[in-house]
Order: sequence, then structure tokens, then C-alpha cells
Amino acid sequence: MKLLDFFKRGGSAPVARERLQVLLAYERNNRNQPDLVAVLREEIIAVIAKHVQINQDDVKITMDRGATTSTLEIDIHIPNAGIKASAAI
Amino acid sequence: MGKVVVVTSGKGGVGKTTSTAALGAVLAQSGKKVVLIDFDVGLRNLDLVMGAERRVVFDLVNVTQGQAKLSQALIRDKRVESLFLLPASQTRDKDALTEEGVASVINTLREKFDYVLCDSPAGIERGAQLAMRFADEAVIVTNPEVSSVRDSDRIIGLLDSKTLKAEQGETVTKHVLVTRYDAGRAARGEMLSIADVLEILSVPLLGIIPENQGVLRASNVGSPVTLDEPTNAAARAYADAARRLQGDDVPMVTPVEKKGLLNRLLGRRVA
Ligand SMILES: Nc1ncnc2c1ncn2[C@@H]1O[C@H](COP(=O)(O)OP(=O)(O)O)[C@@H](O)[C@H]1O
Ligand SMILES: [Mg+2]
Repeated sequence: MKLLDFFKRGGSAPVARERLQVLLAYERNNRNQPDLVAVLREEIIAVIAKHVQINQDDVKITMDRGATTSTLEIDIHIPNAGIKASAAI
Repeated sequence: MGKVVVVTSGKGGVGKTTSTAALGAVLAQSGKKVVLIDFDVGLRNLDLVMGAERRVVFDLVNVTQGQAKLSQALIRDKRVESLFLLPASQTRDKDALTEEGVASVINTLREKFDYVLCDSPAGIERGAQLAMRFADEAVIVTNPEVSSVRDSDRIIGLLDSKTLKAEQGETVTKHVLVTRYDAGRAARGEMLSIADVLEILSVPLLGIIPENQGVLRASNVGSPVTLDEPTNAAARAYADAARRLQGDDVPMVTPVEKKGLLNRLLGRRVA
């Protein structure tokens, strides 16, 4: 912990408050919709699987939700042997 | 026509059962006819907190399934004459309660009582939804803590969509009851403040119940805290909340930390 952090550590309540505000703004908007990350994950895997043999485990999708924008990170490990002939097109 | 009030939260262990008993007891003491319904099928506890565990013969499920009459299942409180309890069933079958069954019990009770308080189980599934289904008002029990506030927000979403009132285009009147409030930790900024909770949930405040040893003592002896130790801080806060629930304008007091002698000598505690 930095020294500055120590003195700033008046309390963790403001952090709690901010995290909640960001989270709830998101959850309120998405209450009746399927989980976007889950949908993207399935569809992306389906597209890639058309061309390459992959394991579900070789696909890592992470999401970082910010107040105004979010990042979706997709990390796919393609085994060199798994490339189907058709993928050459 | 009595009012149906659900005491709900999403999260477990925040103080729903404690609050149902405490609010019900003061409402009854003030002359209202009150019935408490335990909706926690399989995890009945309100009977224990009320000290009526040895008097349970029939329960809510028995009544809805026609095995007992409502009048046979209601337990009259030994301390306050106008206070009654309808216990939950200990069955493990979560589907034992049907919506029609609950509707008929609640419709009968609201004819005879001024207040029907429904103690909701934790969670956001069927049991919690049945407990809130016929509510006119909701007391959303929240601890000043992130997971509790988040769950309260989800419960608010359900109150606004899954209740009969919501489906009929009306709204369930919502109140937030902050419980287990620790004034010292709030003052040191270690706990969400009341203002934070209200701003995030944007539901009016019914009361602030401090963390208090008397609550545990009362549940040990099977008495609502408002009857067991009416003068302690939590009991007084519940009494005020009950008056607000009836529409009285009672000034809100935010609990402050009682500093011990040692703390006072040492000044403000170091983080
Ligand atoms: N204001 C309070 N101060 C101290 N302990 C409390 C307070 N409110 C509730 N508790 C304790 O918290 C625990 C959970 O309370 P309970 O009412 O059973 O919660 P729930 O019905 O929401 O699961 C119990 O042990 C109860 O005695
Ligand atoms: Mg409970």
C-alpha cells in the first residue's frame, strides 16, 4: 500500500458507493435481457468453430464494464493442428 | 380493509424476520389488529423469534391445501392480544404454496386485520415472489453494505414488475428500512451512509435500526425486541418506523456513536 493511500484511507464507503452506482446502472438496463457477454461468447465461438477446431476452454472472454464504455476482450488460442482445410479459403 | 405489507430484501440475514416481529408487535400494541405470516417455507423462524414455536399446530401450507381452517392455524400472541402469527410449513417442498392458495388466505386476512405483514424468504425466486405478490406496501430491509444494497435494488425491480399491483398498472408503496446500522463505522466512512443508500435506491426511508445487542437477547428469549426491551435503541427505532408506516410524521434520528470513556480519552480512533 502506498503511503498516500494510507492517509487517504478515511474509509472505503465512497468506493463502495461508486461501485454500486456503476453496477446498478448496468443491471437496471439489462434486467430483462439475456447476458450480453454470454450471447457474444456463444456466437463468436460458433463462427470460429466453422473454420477452426477449438475447445471451449481455449476461448477466454473477459469484460470490463466502465461507467460510460465497456471493453470486451477475446482471447482465442488456436492449435496449429486444428486449422481445417476449408479455413484456407 | 387491512393493508398487506411485505417485509423483503433479497439477501438473507439482513433482519427481515426481526423487523417483521418488531414492527408487528408495536403496531398491535398501538391497538391495530395485526397478523404476521411466515413465508419462509422450509425455514420457519418467525415462530421462534415470536416465542411461539411450541404452539404451532397447523401452518400456511396446511391452510392453503385445505387440511386446516385458517382460524385453527392462527396463533394468538400471549403478550399482545391483537397480534397473531400464521407459521410457515417445515416441508421441503418449495412448491407446496400455490398462488391461488396464498391469494385466498391473504384476502380473508385483509378483511379481518388492519395489517397483514408477510415475512419474505431470502432470494428472488418463487418464494420471495409469492410473499410480495399481493402486497400494497413493501418494507425493503437493507444493511448499509454493497451486496445487500444490490439485492434490494433487484427486489425493487420485482416489486415494480411481478406484483399484482404492478400488473394492474398501480404501484406497491415502497419503504427502505436500514438495519444493523453501525454509527461508529459510518462516521469513520467504513460503511455506506444513509444518504448513499437512499440515493442509490431512491426509495423513501422508513427508519434506521442500529446494530444492537438487545436484538439477539430478545430472539434468545423469543420476544420481539419492541416488547422485550422497549427502551433500547433498536426497539425505539422500530417503534418510530411503525408510526411512520401508519402515516405519522416522526422526525428521523440518525443514530450516533456512543463513545466509551477510553475512546473519548484517546480521541478519534485511528483507522
Ligand atoms: N439491529 C440488529 N442488531 C443486532 N443484530 C441484529 C439486528 N437485526 C438483526 N440482527 C441479527 O441478525 C440475524 C439475522 O436476522 P433475521 O431477522 O433472521 O434476518 P432475515 O430474516 O433477513 O434472514 C439474527 O441473528 C438477528 O438476531
Ligand atoms: Mg427470516
